[in-house]
Amino acid sequence: MAFVRFSNESLQKEPERLETLRKRHAILAAIRRFFDAQGFVEVETPCVVLSPGLERNLDALEVIGAGRTKFLNTSPEYHMKRLLVAGLPRIYQICKCFRRDERGPLHQTEFTMLEWYRCVADWNDLMRDTEELVAIVAGTINNGTTRIRGRYAPIDLTPPWERISVAAAFQRYADTNLDDLLPDEERFYRLLVERVEPRLGRERPVFLTHYPADMACLARLDPADPKVAERFEAYVDGIELCNGFSELADPEEQKRRFENELRARRASGKIEYPVDQRFISALERGLPECGGNALGVDRLIMLILGANRIDEVMAFSETDL
Amino acid sequence: MYETSDIRKGLKIQIDGVPFAVVDFQFVKPGKGVAFTRTKLRNMMTGAVIERTYRSGEKFEPANLEERQMQFIYVENNMFVFMDTATYDQIQLSEEQLGDNRYYMKDGIMVNVLLFDQKAIGVTPPNFVELKVVSTEPGFKGDTSSGGTKPATLETGLEVNVPLFINQGETLRIDTRTASYTERVKK
Repeated sequence: MAFVRFSNESLQKEPERLETLRKRHAILAAIRRFFDAQGFVEVETPCVVLSPGLERNLDALEVIGAGRTKFLNTSPEYHMKRLLVAGLPRIYQICKCFRRDERGPLHQTEFTMLEWYRCVADWNDLMRDTEELVAIVAGTINNGTTRIRGRYAPIDLTPPWERISVAAAFQRYADTNLDDLLPDEERFYRLLVERVEPRLGRERPVFLTHYPADMACLARLDPADPKVAERFEAYVDGIELCNGFSELADPEEQKRRFENELRARRASGKIEYPVDQRFISALERGLPECGGNALGVDRLIMLILGANRIDEVMAFSETDL
Repeated sequence: MYETSDIRKGLKIQIDGVPFAVVDFQFVKPGKGVAFTRTKLRNMMTGAVIERTYRSGEKFEPANLEERQMQFIYVENNMFVFMDTATYDQIQLSEEQLGDNRYYMKDGIMVNVLLFDQKAIGVTPPNFVELKVVSTEPGFKGDTSSGGTKPATLETGLEVNVPLFINQGETLRIDTRTASYTERVKK
């Protein structure tokens, strides 16, 4: 785990780190080629926003001096969906996102997110995008091979990836019936981080699917079973790589979901961020049927390069400031 | 009180009246989920390591620990007896409480005795202790360079691997943190 940190002055003395940064650039270029080749438009949306994301477990950094109370975005989702409504049916963005009090081997307050949306599509199309993207990008870097090292065993990234529902994963790895567990959110996440996540994606990546409806603020519910949402996450080597879903298009339902999140924030004494009214207006104009996915770029680079910590693949981490 | 954000390796906390030292910790948080700090904690009374997961913001009581420099004076009824050389206070620790540190308890050695709520629970020996070899295969003359090693038993019962040139009766400098040979001491 020991890693020699480097300062601005000693850049030239860190050949290994420089090689990592060259590979990081190659990975970003490969990601852009993947989307550009399919006619996606790369967009840029604001980092300084009025509504940084309402989900109950996301906290934002407040920005001083930008007029009205503003925040750094925790995700570019609201603005990107406004662009879908405005008439760009395939968009992607590689941007910085900021989340308060998140620091660890897999977390930095400031990190790089790849987020993309596809119309007309649903979560199945987005899962296919994800597995193809990751395999192609890894192959570009590792001379055509889609195998990566992995902490427990070598991992083959070749699509298609396994899919397992949240309920089945809790049964299999935590020996727990999800219906008995909910709505105790803390117990759910405690078992998720202790028992389930470490077992996911050890030899092949896996999509965890069908999240409880209450844990999918912006996702469409499964028409066949409205207790769960059409939301997925990909796990590789026990590491959460992305979060995607079939997007919720119903403005009334979206308002109710936001109220629900705000109630939860209130109950736990957290700041109640304002609802993005222009996002709601956009849904009222009509969001096409679409799916979106948000993928942690730093973590993808970690996995492809076999790094142990997220700060190993960043030019400067928080401790290098 | 400590909070999860204060957790670092070596931090001493108490849980249900038992002192624990943080061996390892990791921040974990599913993207849309609750943040936790996973920990590995060593029970300072028994040495057992447990895993605990704490929700971010949870609070801990610091362990009321104190270190006192004392001299090891003798073993009586399987108890190791230590004395404060200023006050002549004595305390006793069992072999189990000392764990592997019992191998450094040479007559007269000064150690830090760890007290939890005023009760002795263990010791920290100096980083280096000099111990005499009581048995090992005869040394090879002239072989002072690198090469193989052989086992040697030291005066306290500690077994370490030593270079081939070491002989019975010689005194060695042992790193107590790794329980390993560092050099021969010329006497």
